[in-house]
Amino acid sequence: MSSGNFLIPCAKKRAMPKRLVIKDLERCVGCGLCMYACARRSAKSPEIGIDRSGILTTSLSGFERGATVIFCRACEEPPCVQVCPTGALTPRRDGGVSYKEELCIGCGNCIRACNIGAIFERSDGKPAVCVHCGYCAKFCPHGVLAFEEVPA
Amino acid sequence: MRARTKVLKIDLSRYKYEAEDRSELFEKWLGGVGVAVQLLREEIDVKADPLGEDNVIVFAIGPFTPAYPLASKTVALFKSPLTGNLGESHAGGRTATSIANAGYGAIVIKGTSKTPVYVVVNNEKVYFRDARGIWGIKSSPTAGRIIAEREKGRGMRTIMRIGGAGDNLVRYACVTTETYRHFGRLGLGAVFGSKKLKALVVIGRGSYKPADAGGYRKVYEKIFRTALESDVMNKYHLLGTPVNVNPLNELGALPTRNLKAVRFERAEEISGEAFAEFNLGRRIGCSHCPIACIHIAVLREPYEGAPYFYKTTMISYDYELIYALGTMLGIGDRDCLLKLIHRAEVYGLDAMSTGVCLAWATEALEKGLISEKETLVKLQFGDHDAYLRAMDFLVDQPNDFYKHLAQGVEKTSDVYGGKEFALAFGGNEMPGYHVGYATHLGYLMGLRHSHLDNAGYSLDQKIEGEMTPREVVDSLVKEEMWRQVLSSLVVCFFARGVYKPETVVEAFKPLGAETSEEKLRELGREIYVEKLKLKMDMGFTLDSLRLPKRIFETETPHGMLKEEFFKEALDYYAHKIKELTG
Repeated sequence: MSSGNFLIPCAKKRAMPKRLVIKDLERCVGCGLCMYACARRSAKSPEIGIDRSGILTTSLSGFERGATVIFCRACEEPPCVQVCPTGALTPRRDGGVSYKEELCIGCGNCIRACNIGAIFERSDGKPAVCVHCGYCAKFCPHGVLAFEEVPA
Repeated sequence: MRARTKVLKIDLSRYKYEAEDRSELFEKWLGGVGVAVQLLREEIDVKADPLGEDNVIVFAIGPFTPAYPLASKTVALFKSPLTGNLGESHAGGRTATSIANAGYGAIVIKGTSKTPVYVVVNNEKVYFRDARGIWGIKSSPTAGRIIAEREKGRGMRTIMRIGGAGDNLVRYACVTTETYRHFGRLGLGAVFGSKKLKALVVIGRGSYKPADAGGYRKVYEKIFRTALESDVMNKYHLLGTPVNVNPLNELGALPTRNLKAVRFERAEEISGEAFAEFNLGRRIGCSHCPIACIHIAVLREPYEGAPYFYKTTMISYDYELIYALGTMLGIGDRDCLLKLIHRAEVYGLDAMSTGVCLAWATEALEKGLISEKETLVKLQFGDHDAYLRAMDFLVDQPNDFYKHLAQGVEKTSDVYGGKEFALAFGGNEMPGYHVGYATHLGYLMGLRHSHLDNAGYSLDQKIEGEMTPREVVDSLVKEEMWRQVLSSLVVCFFARGVYKPETVVEAFKPLGAETSEEKLRELGREIYVEKLKLKMDMGFTLDSLRLPKRIFETETPHGMLKEEFFKEALDYYAHKIKELTG
């Protein structure tokens, strides 16, 4: 690609959106490193603990059946967006939702509306939801999670 | 220091609770064992009956939970109903992170409930739940599942519970957490049972901020990479602790048939390699640990008399279980061994004490000290069906003999004889190593009690040539002092290669605490002394220690052991104790 032609950047097709995806759920050992990574995702203000984690690891009714991980699967018509009265949750361009905390009144509608129980309640009553930043995938030691391009 | 420093005190006699910030305690003693020794000292009457209302349980986590990976353990201190002295036990699972996320550095449990209860700590609230309908359920997994389904907090909680062994006060009953991890040794399960406490549930979903944001993320990543990329934890990654079975067998240090031998002819069949090849079904991890060292075997058994029906059981196995319920009982068939391990898991029995007790009973029966009138079933090395029934009897205690055996091999041999082959040290049944002097001295001097009590078994494997009694004692004490630091931090001992002193110092910085290797080592010494004093106040004396004759009759890799060596070592240790405690 020649650099000089100023038209090229405009004509370039936007990269495929990236999202957090499950590669192989059977490999989940329930270690929860993703939850703690999610808490550290903000470089300016990382946290120690899981209050703001938008991802949860849990056993499947006891660890004898293994473990699983729960987070936003980026549905096409997110019910959480439909029930948000203040516009704090809006559809994200690349799938999933964006969350503007300053607009959120902590009504909890989104937590109840999520079909798969993937929005969690913070201690201040506001939602903790995955925004598909992909930070946790870097810390998944067993190849369960990946951050990769998916068709929009 | 940015860490959890609140202490929650739960009083089962009054059904009350209170929380108090004790940052001064955590600043001085880090957390874990360091803090727990102080809290136990504050709360307990050293003369308390271990199964009475006055016994106190302290659970404590460290300043690295949940800030860094591999800090996944919780320390429990209490007075042990097995030894009558200080009890200490460590467990993984989700306990440590749940306590931290609920906002606490330690939880203290006092008093005795009038009726069976289980207690739920949900962040700042504590609920006392009626457990009359759950009491007496012998299966710890079943009790755990019932509570799991009734309570909230999936994925954010720990359910520490007892099975039939705890309900019935077997002095070596354990407390089980997340199906497969245990506060295993010294009878915390019986203390729960005596308090009518079926389970303690802790649900936590909180956070706090480090002092230095950028530094914190950097140190975190460094520890994470070290844990994954270096080989310091490879051993636990791959075969898990059973990787030790074959080497110890070849070395001639694997206690077999009540330590009548140190090599087991079927060791290969129950080795880590064999379990991995034929039975390993899945691996799971403790919360906030990437290693996943918990190895779960699959046992597939046909239903009797029902063709094409199978039951499939998932059973966690480790080295110590293979030793205690395998080689010690002469069990070389993996499926049979798995059935024994599963039964211990279901009842919530400490596998090590159970195996040693049953091995003693088998030999006592062979020698005619007891008869089948006592054992109710013909115990024979290698006969797993007999041992399964004997485990039922340990829990149900249908006669005087099993009432005694449920109190440990020391007490049982007081009554029936056979002291010379009753393999207990300081009243606690021995772990699975017969490597040399440091091993057994370690069992006697050990100040940790959890798991292997000390690092003697490892020292014996490293020694080239011979060490003098003084050198062994000095090495054991030095290592034990550093391990007091590790168990105050509370990082997993398997991660001791990751948490080297310089890493520990570095990890404290972003949490807003300055320290140095020198300071940490000095603190390790202080904690060692504090714990030793508490033990002595609870009645510990070197004079009361007993060495089972059997350890002198069976050769170790360092040759036959001589009593004079122990005498000299213990005399020196007595002198050292005086020096340390002033």
